[in-house]
Amino acid sequence: MTATPLTSTQGAGRAGDKVFSGAALAAGCLILAVLFGVALFLVIQAIPALTAPAGKIQGGQGFFAYIWPIVLGTLIAAVIALVIATPIAIGVALFISHFAPRGLASGLGYVVDLLAAIPSVVYGAWGAAFLAKEIAPAYGWLASNMGWLPIFAGPASTTGKTILTAGIVLAVMVLPIITSLSREIFLQTPKLHEEAALALGATRWEMIKMAVLPFARPGIISAVMLGLGRALGETMAVALVLSSGALTASLIQSGNQTIAAEIALNFPEASGLKVSTLIAAGLVLFIITLAVNMIARWVITQHKEFSGAN
Amino acid sequence: MSKRIDVKDLNVYYGDFLAVEDVSINIEAKSVTAFIGPSGCGKSTFLRTLNRMHEVIPGARVEGEVLLDGDNLYGPGVDPVAVRSHIGMVFQRPNPFPTMSSRDNVLAGVRLNNKKISKGEADVLVERSLKGANLWNEVKDRLEKPGSGLSGGQQQRLCIARAIAVEPQVILMDEPCSALDPISTLAIEDLINELKDQYTVVIVTHNMQQAARVSDKTAFFNIAGTGKPGKLIEHGDTHTIFSNPVQKATEDYVSGRFG
Repeated sequence: MTATPLTSTQGAGRAGDKVFSGAALAAGCLILAVLFGVALFLVIQAIPALTAPAGKIQGGQGFFAYIWPIVLGTLIAAVIALVIATPIAIGVALFISHFAPRGLASGLGYVVDLLAAIPSVVYGAWGAAFLAKEIAPAYGWLASNMGWLPIFAGPASTTGKTILTAGIVLAVMVLPIITSLSREIFLQTPKLHEEAALALGATRWEMIKMAVLPFARPGIISAVMLGLGRALGETMAVALVLSSGALTASLIQSGNQTIAAEIALNFPEASGLKVSTLIAAGLVLFIITLAVNMIARWVITQHKEFSGAN
Repeated sequence: MSKRIDVKDLNVYYGDFLAVEDVSINIEAKSVTAFIGPSGCGKSTFLRTLNRMHEVIPGARVEGEVLLDGDNLYGPGVDPVAVRSHIGMVFQRPNPFPTMSSRDNVLAGVRLNNKKISKGEADVLVERSLKGANLWNEVKDRLEKPGSGLSGGQQQRLCIARAIAVEPQVILMDEPCSALDPISTLAIEDLINELKDQYTVVIVTHNMQQAARVSDKTAFFNIAGTGKPGKLIEHGDTHTIFSNPVQKATEDYVSGRFG
């Protein structure tokens, strides 16, 4: 046996350690630098719009009056998308992970992943050319039968190019994200906990409620937040599907606008202060996304003690 | 409350692979039966057929009969979910639900079988089950804390409390002490001794001293070689199996000459 001096600081292993920790540190710093750079760019470019006299901003009533309707429009579209997509995504993910026979499960998982690979402009074209037309009669029915609800107030759009249609298209787009992430989390549920539930006399569904869903809860929240991020920032689909206009409570009339679509539609012909205004709108979207993510993190940490990580 | 188990000519398969061949055994009510044998001999697999937990693995099936006081667990129309609520199980590694408090862990099975339970009844049941598992004094002040924050031995006793809270007729234990230190092991062994006053206990163990300490009857399983099915070699009073076994293989195993 050859004695290795205890004080040796050379050797390939140590050098590898240094390279790796250096690379990891650089990658971490790069992310922060990029994020900071983007934020700095947005703030600097937005300042002219934020400080300009109210009359010079589009609409003539200042930046705040300009931005809040499209902030609400963005949130409405994103909320519609999540309300539709989340339950379906969790259901599909559970079916793939715990109910479907193995052959079917992998095929279905592949199809779901394929949904995520379709470019958003294709979804937009589908929404505008097909879904809007097909769904317009349903809006007519909603207006005449449930018109007493402000969100279904008539007269319904005859083209179907409404915020609800945009929300449905967004739901289809975020569905694969939430589904594949949830499925991965569900598959990671410890066998021990599933068996613990089954051995107590739980049915498959009770086992899922007892062991799988509580374990997956933080993961589901993260998946939904990623979906929300896509729904908030999605541009092409909304720009193509939505016949935009002023903020309205009714989801089945034309009207409303989202930040991303507003920027995309107006940026090519914008100049001067208008560019600043649009970038300021981008800054607002950035802040909304950041806030949503922080709230999600906070929600997850509220239950850390019971996460099973201890 | 406790019932006997009679197994007749049981073959256990994983797909086409015969894992356990032709086991017939009678397990008395209110007794402790230990299954011993080398790794891979099918004793855990066989144990899991007694509450139909092996069916969790795709392709697993059995031929033969398992009678719980004369009722065939594999008869037509028998619901495995109902079987498992009558025959409780404790696993090799402690597995309290990490997202639940100690109290909710104990109540988990009861909430399944009998959805509505008043807070008063629940309190009584939690105390009785935890006392039954010799854990009450250690956790009574932190019932609302997560069960996964307890020590390994406490977690395993919490799992036993969870199993006995539903008042099963039989408790199956699959190497319940293999992940525990000697002190915790002793606590579980003492507990098994008390449990047999009320329940039929079947325990799989790799530890022969443990089998000798806790069980009334011992069953020795063995396997002829890799890929061959496991078989029940000998079954009898623990004292006889350890001091004067009939089969040569049993004697070799309990005296430490192989396995």
